[in-house]
Amino acid sequence: MNFIHLTAFDLGLAALLVVLLGGLIALSGLGLTRSLFVSSLRMTLQLLLIGVVLETLFRLNNPWLVALMGLVMLAIAGWEVVARQKRRLRGGWGYGIGLLAMALPAFTLTVLTLVALIGVQPWYTPQYAIPLLGMILGNTMTGIGLGFNRLTMGAASSRREIEAQLLLGYDMRQASRKLRQDSLHTAMVPTINMLTVAGLVSLPGMMTGQILAGTAPIEAVKYQILIMFLITSATGFGTMLAIELGTRRLFDERQRLRLDRLMEGK
Amino acid sequence: MSLIQPSVVLDVHALSGAYFAPISLQLAAGEVVCLFGVSGSGKSQFLRAVVDLELHQGAVFLHGVEQQQMAAPSWRRKVAYLPAESGWWATRVGEHFATPPSADELASLGLDEAILTREVDGISSGERQRLGLLRLLVQRPQVILLDEPSANLDPESTLKMEQVVCAYVRETQAAAVWVSHDPLQRARIADRSMDMPLRESEVLV
Repeated sequence: MNFIHLTAFDLGLAALLVVLLGGLIALSGLGLTRSLFVSSLRMTLQLLLIGVVLETLFRLNNPWLVALMGLVMLAIAGWEVVARQKRRLRGGWGYGIGLLAMALPAFTLTVLTLVALIGVQPWYTPQYAIPLLGMILGNTMTGIGLGFNRLTMGAASSRREIEAQLLLGYDMRQASRKLRQDSLHTAMVPTINMLTVAGLVSLPGMMTGQILAGTAPIEAVKYQILIMFLITSATGFGTMLAIELGTRRLFDERQRLRLDRLMEGK
Repeated sequence: MSLIQPSVVLDVHALSGAYFAPISLQLAAGEVVCLFGVSGSGKSQFLRAVVDLELHQGAVFLHGVEQQQMAAPSWRRKVAYLPAESGWWATRVGEHFATPPSADELASLGLDEAILTREVDGISSGERQRLGLLRLLVQRPQVILLDEPSANLDPESTLKMEQVVCAYVRETQAAAVWVSHDPLQRARIADRSMDMPLRESEVLV
């Protein structure tokens, strides 16, 4: 292994860069310094904490603890999706749909990959399961959050266009076609852009990490390609599910647009 | 409902919603009824409830068939509502028509056939309002509910629109509700006029 360990001094020097940046911004009176420091501190604490948690998980190698960790990650991701909604569905539907739309593809694809593709023994080995699930959840969270927000916001802002079609006797599927299309595109565009520039403009984080840790580049690339396909399909399937369930909630059985089921805008 | 006469097209029975007082109303074949009332009395909400776009209590019958017994899309094709501001979802005018209107139909409202290929953003609100009526009439509804349809029109176009609606209603033995604040217009087109009932909260004030 040609892996070089980082010392606290190394990290401190890197942190000093952010402190310098914060000082410069404060001097020029442009604001933002406080939230820059707070979120930097948060990032450090969160990552140190997860480092300790992962060490413990890897050591115990207990499937139930791995499952618990997965559920905690899912709950937080679900909350992030809801927090990004400007007009969320009332009565827990927003959280519920976001959660289901992430959980179903993320867990299914993670388990499928562990069992059938990577074939690690036992399949729940946390060293594979947790990072895999984390990468899939992190990316689907962004996509579903964007797409679902577009769906609910768009329903409210294009009410006249949607109702004009309902009034001419179109059903909710036809009347919401453009809205659903826009939502899917909004959700998928970041992922498609990621695929387009992968390896050209950006070297994906996981691949970089593996290479830094001493893995042969071509092996790291293979893992990255696998992850990219997983992220893309999980985001796509999850968004389609969220759009489908969200649309059914936005309309009722009499094909009315039910904006009363959305909370007031923030 | 043995009391219904055969000529009754639309029977609104104690219809009420969150924003309007209960209304009962019968429309006979070939009849145009003008509806008026202060703003905020819920005229639009009432018409939206008749086409089942709004939650409501009470019942509405079209030729004896209750609204809830019919699928919502087919109900709305038969009982058509033109809101005060119509919605346009596609780029060009023509894409909004289930079947393209004939040159004669366009001309009857003072419109040229070329307007179908124009972009919606480029036409005036008055043109939009006339096209909104036309796109609804090509579906041959049995009841038309018009929410101040001539609000943006010049006097000449207003008269044309009145003639088109009245002719359609008489020829097809349909029925129409026309929301109008203009007493002269009501005198020209209405077989009957109806004041929007006040809501209880307003009566008390």
